[in-house]
Amino acid sequence: MIVSDTQQERIAYRRRRAIRSVLVAAVSTAVLGTLLVVAVTGSPGWDRVRTSFFDPEIARESFPAVLDGLWLNVRLLVVCAVLALSLGLLIAVLRTLRGPVFFPVRAMATMYTYAFRGIPLIIVIYLFAFGIPGLRLQGTPGVLVLGGAALVVTYGAYLAEVFRAGIESVHPSQLAAARSLGLTYRQTMRHVVLPQAVRRVAPPLLNDTVALQKDVGLVSLAGPIDAVRAAQIATAENFNYTPYLVAAVLFVLLALPLIAVTDWVTLRAARRQNAGA
Amino acid sequence: MMLLAIDRVRKVFGSSVVLDELSLDVDDHQVVALIGASGSGKSTLLRCVNLLEQVDDGTIRLDGEDITDPRVDADRVRRRIGMVFQSYNLFPHMTVLDNITLAPVRVHRRDRAPAREQAIDWLRRVGLAEKADSYPDRLSGGQQQRVAIVRALVNNPRLLLLDEVTSALDPELVGEVLTMIRDLKSEGMTMVLATHEMGFARQVADRVVFLDGGRVLEAGPPAQVLGDPVEPRTRQFLARIIEAGRL
Repeated sequence: MIVSDTQQERIAYRRRRAIRSVLVAAVSTAVLGTLLVVAVTGSPGWDRVRTSFFDPEIARESFPAVLDGLWLNVRLLVVCAVLALSLGLLIAVLRTLRGPVFFPVRAMATMYTYAFRGIPLIIVIYLFAFGIPGLRLQGTPGVLVLGGAALVVTYGAYLAEVFRAGIESVHPSQLAAARSLGLTYRQTMRHVVLPQAVRRVAPPLLNDTVALQKDVGLVSLAGPIDAVRAAQIATAENFNYTPYLVAAVLFVLLALPLIAVTDWVTLRAARRQNAGA
Repeated sequence: MMLLAIDRVRKVFGSSVVLDELSLDVDDHQVVALIGASGSGKSTLLRCVNLLEQVDDGTIRLDGEDITDPRVDADRVRRRIGMVFQSYNLFPHMTVLDNITLAPVRVHRRDRAPAREQAIDWLRRVGLAEKADSYPDRLSGGQQQRVAIVRALVNNPRLLLLDEVTSALDPELVGEVLTMIRDLKSEGMTMVLATHEMGFARQVADRVVFLDGGRVLEAGPPAQVLGDPVEPRTRQFLARIIEAGRL
């Protein structure tokens, strides 16, 4: 292809600009990185911090126990995520029900989302894990199940609001079309509204699941030996905080796939929206 | 035989009276075109007939049954009425075929296989067979609207309501939808259509009804209402339409 001189000059200009941008980015990154390293390692307490937080020997020692604990977090995460998503969807649908019969159901669902979005998760875990066994009822499950229930109930409230936003974002003309075909309210929800709503809110739902994956570590407050509790035990044995950092790194690694999936779904949703417009 | 009898229906939104004791009868196999300015009540009337809106007074009878009686099961009434909207309102998360077979399978409890066959037959008739597995956003406006009409027809409605079905279409796509409606008329489908296409109303309608301020101001054969209107308001309206080059 023959390109005019003007265009060649434009291409050359753009190339010069691109090279300059890369150089500026590299220099500014290097400067900022150096400053950070100097600030941290040059600080008066650095030597103490390095031995109490970054001890490779203790990291290696505590690693198996923390990893063992993390397996509990993973299992708890999967169960809690599934249950919290189901509970959230159920509550969101209950809040859309019309008619006087459903008034108490609607009111309770609304109160639930208000209450559990307000109470700090730690308090819910204490209430469930220590309060419920205090009732001394027959067949009270263990603290692990109770702690998991606290997570499900708290995250269910958030997820319910995400689902509800999705349901409300479906245009009324879709309902009109479905009802005019003779579909009942329930069939309209099931086949027309919910599939569109869930697709639309998939990114925020997944994002809440990422938040859940780290909050799963809070069940350690109730007693079960998960990654956080295992790190705490190892810390107490050596009076060294390195095991907590080991747990932190493992939690980040655990979150990476979920975060990647979330980004991918978000990107796909954005693309589809652009294609539709 | 009379299929639809609308008797002194009132509909009020807040302080504005949209339908003002409006009466209108539609016989079996008759095509009635509703014309009138925006806000004259055409769409509201169709939505009231389909029970998407509740009337504030008066009665609507379908096949002799008072469907405005609150004791009537609205879902059961809507099964007998098909409706097509200005903005198509296809379900974007379903393929064309699933859009069409949703009601036959879920509402009319028909088996999936024959429902799909019937849907494909219909699509073939309207020249869209190759679009069966496409999603609505891959179709042109005219194609989407034809699918929407098929979606209403597969339920064998007694009455088809068409709410300005060509108003959202590019001019070159209007023809394909109008041809389809013309074919339906020749098959004897009873239709009430709100339209701005005066030329089409003249060709296809047995009766043209001019709505003004929520009332039937003038009704009669298309040649009379569109060619030689009695009411001054009708004349004014048509003069504006001619001015805009739409007749």
